[in-house]
Amino acid sequence: MQTEKIRVALVGQPNVGKSSLINAISNAHLHVGNFAGVTVDISEVETRYCDPQGCQEYDITIVDLPGTYSLNDYSMEEKVTKDFLLKEEYDLIVNVVDSTHLQRNLLLTAELLELGRKMVVALNMIDEARQEGIEIDGEQLSVILGVPVVPVSAKTKEGIESLKKEIVTVYKKPQTESKIVYSDYIEEEIDRLVLFFAERNYPSEIPYRHLAIRLLKEDTEIYKKMHDEPIWIELLPLLREALDHIYLHSGKKNIQEIFADEHFAFAKGAKMEVMSTKSMRAKSLTQKIDNLLINKYLGIPIFLFLMWALFQLTFSLGQYPMDWIQAGFDWLADQTRLLLGDTQLASVIADGILGGVGAVVSFLPNIIILFFGIALLETTGYMSRVSFLLDGFFHKFGLHGKSFVPLVTGFGCTVPAYMAARTLKSRTDRLITLFILGFFSCSARIPVYVLFAGAFFGAEHAGSILFLIYITGALFGLMAAKFLRVFIFKGEDDPFVMEMPKYRWPSLKLIYHVVYGQSADYLRKAGSFILLASVLIWFASNYPKHPEIEQQFQTKIERAASPAQKAALEGKLQEKLLEESYLGQVGKATQPFFAPLGFDWKLGVALEAGLAAKEVVVSTLGVLYSLGDTVDAAANSLQAQLKKHVSLPVALAFIVFVMLYVPCFAAMAVFKQETGSWLYLLYLFVGTTGVAWVFSFLTYNLVKLMV
Amino acid sequence: MLLTELRKGDRGTIRRIDADPELKHRLHSFGIIPGETLEVKGCSLARQTMEIDVDGTLIALRKEEAEKIDVEKEEHSALIKGE
Repeated sequence: MQTEKIRVALVGQPNVGKSSLINAISNAHLHVGNFAGVTVDISEVETRYCDPQGCQEYDITIVDLPGTYSLNDYSMEEKVTKDFLLKEEYDLIVNVVDSTHLQRNLLLTAELLELGRKMVVALNMIDEARQEGIEIDGEQLSVILGVPVVPVSAKTKEGIESLKKEIVTVYKKPQTESKIVYSDYIEEEIDRLVLFFAERNYPSEIPYRHLAIRLLKEDTEIYKKMHDEPIWIELLPLLREALDHIYLHSGKKNIQEIFADEHFAFAKGAKMEVMSTKSMRAKSLTQKIDNLLINKYLGIPIFLFLMWALFQLTFSLGQYPMDWIQAGFDWLADQTRLLLGDTQLASVIADGILGGVGAVVSFLPNIIILFFGIALLETTGYMSRVSFLLDGFFHKFGLHGKSFVPLVTGFGCTVPAYMAARTLKSRTDRLITLFILGFFSCSARIPVYVLFAGAFFGAEHAGSILFLIYITGALFGLMAAKFLRVFIFKGEDDPFVMEMPKYRWPSLKLIYHVVYGQSADYLRKAGSFILLASVLIWFASNYPKHPEIEQQFQTKIERAASPAQKAALEGKLQEKLLEESYLGQVGKATQPFFAPLGFDWKLGVALEAGLAAKEVVVSTLGVLYSLGDTVDAAANSLQAQLKKHVSLPVALAFIVFVMLYVPCFAAMAVFKQETGSWLYLLYLFVGTTGVAWVFSFLTYNLVKLMV
Repeated sequence: MLLTELRKGDRGTIRRIDADPELKHRLHSFGIIPGETLEVKGCSLARQTMEIDVDGTLIALRKEEAEKIDVEKEEHSALIKGE
């Protein structure tokens, strides 16, 4: 028998556990990329259901729409959801409802019911509601809403199978029986319109009742559609009269507001009828935690401490696996050289590929720990508290408390951070956030910081240095925001109204998926893009060949008196060859730009290569400094090499430059996509590079004076 | 009185919301609706933002938005809570 396909739109308010529910429904085929209402990309998952009757198989595709409080155009995410529901093809809606916040969630349910589509309501977190002493009569609710209501728990898997079954049952029904009952004076007008259509046998895709409601709600789509139909002439006076009646009865002139009041009355009435609260237990726990975490005086110090602890942990704990990975790659490189001898092939594998990719892969532990920490803060509900704490402070800099989410995502990777900025409602807030995001150091820059901090301050201080770098970057971001707000993007302030979700134990599964996804992305980048870049840089640093120079040095080396002299000459030869290579030529050409900052051409080239991706800075330095130093085994590590060749003022200036200039090509592409303007991208590039240069220059000269 | 005039622990009933339709709708979808009761759960430094509880939902508001909400304070609520 053929399998039938069902397309389900999953809709719910933020923080109702949509992602966890998706995880619970489709154990096998997981590609969830969405968490905590941060991303706006629509993701899909598939699951299969076998109907025991007639053994019909169904392929259920679930489209995970961004969380939305109402069907409005308030933020971009909400617009995405609304547009999908109105314009895309799907068979039915599954409305995920948080059982512990029934009344508020039913407001959205009421709006969804008005769409006139087939629908199933999933009462999620039913186990949590029971623990809180809340009892909900699902069957009674189903009678009130006219659609099936399934109590489920993503955590305990309760009701998941019934939910699938209901999806199929509703799919097989010809039409929805959903209903909302409005106040009498509105019902009267609906009846009148329905009668009008029925008498004329008007051909309609949706039930007359829904058509009437949409007309009364002044739904633009329906108006546009019916405007050119002959029936419109007859309908218009009737509609005008109906609206007048409604205005008169409600004493209000705004139809949206009138319907909003209706939804509220409906939601409240439904809740009163189906819900009973026995006790008020768990709520007080969130309260107790909040008393501490958003305490007027302690809140911000606690937040700063948590962030510091995260960075400290990232570095100290990450150090061990990092050393092992590095040792592993070094061993591989040595084996390659032994096996292939002193050939070009050995060089490209050992120095180019293994050197470059190894340097990047070795930072994986740090990145996993950081992403883990961020995901942990996100899923527990702490992030919204931070927005609350920081809004007053952010607001002074022309930012929005909600900018905090993209900004902290920016510590992970700037690309998703740019996308996370879509939660911001006003374009001004969004643009400012987008422009300053690059100053919030992404994890790809960690390798550079770790490398330099470790080389110049020792591993024991590196965590604190890292924290300092991040804070400085963030301060730069805030200053830039203020500057942009005052001089460039003047405009209305966005209101700050935000739900503070209950504190929950983090779902390890969800965190695992987030961390796994991000880490896999990082490795994929290491395996493809950075591999290519490493080989390219290896090539550019090894070619063109200069046999005459080699010849010249070879004779000198042969004549050298002592082994030390010999080694020195060999080093000189390598340096000379590098200088003459393509890479050297590029570096030389751009050296005047970097010279005032004290950077030699190698550092300059590393920064230029870093435009491709920040990890490439390290791999480039790896290639540039490891070449030709196989003699001195003790000083073989890149850190030792850097310490030998680079002075402290230069190192600090280099860190500052890396901290402030554009993240990478991928980020630039997304920036263009999000702002929709090449000109803005140009501003971003020139602006950040300018800032980086100036502050790098200041750092170099100030530190030089002090040391 | 305005919502901003309430202190931590105070309870009140929402009387009127004096905002543009868009913000009004937003507040509405969070359950901030005339007739509902709320409790102030906390304020940040300098009272820039405040946290209120409406029907079990915790909502953070900035001072500018809270000023648009007119409430009637429940007397002595702070005393009952022992604060």
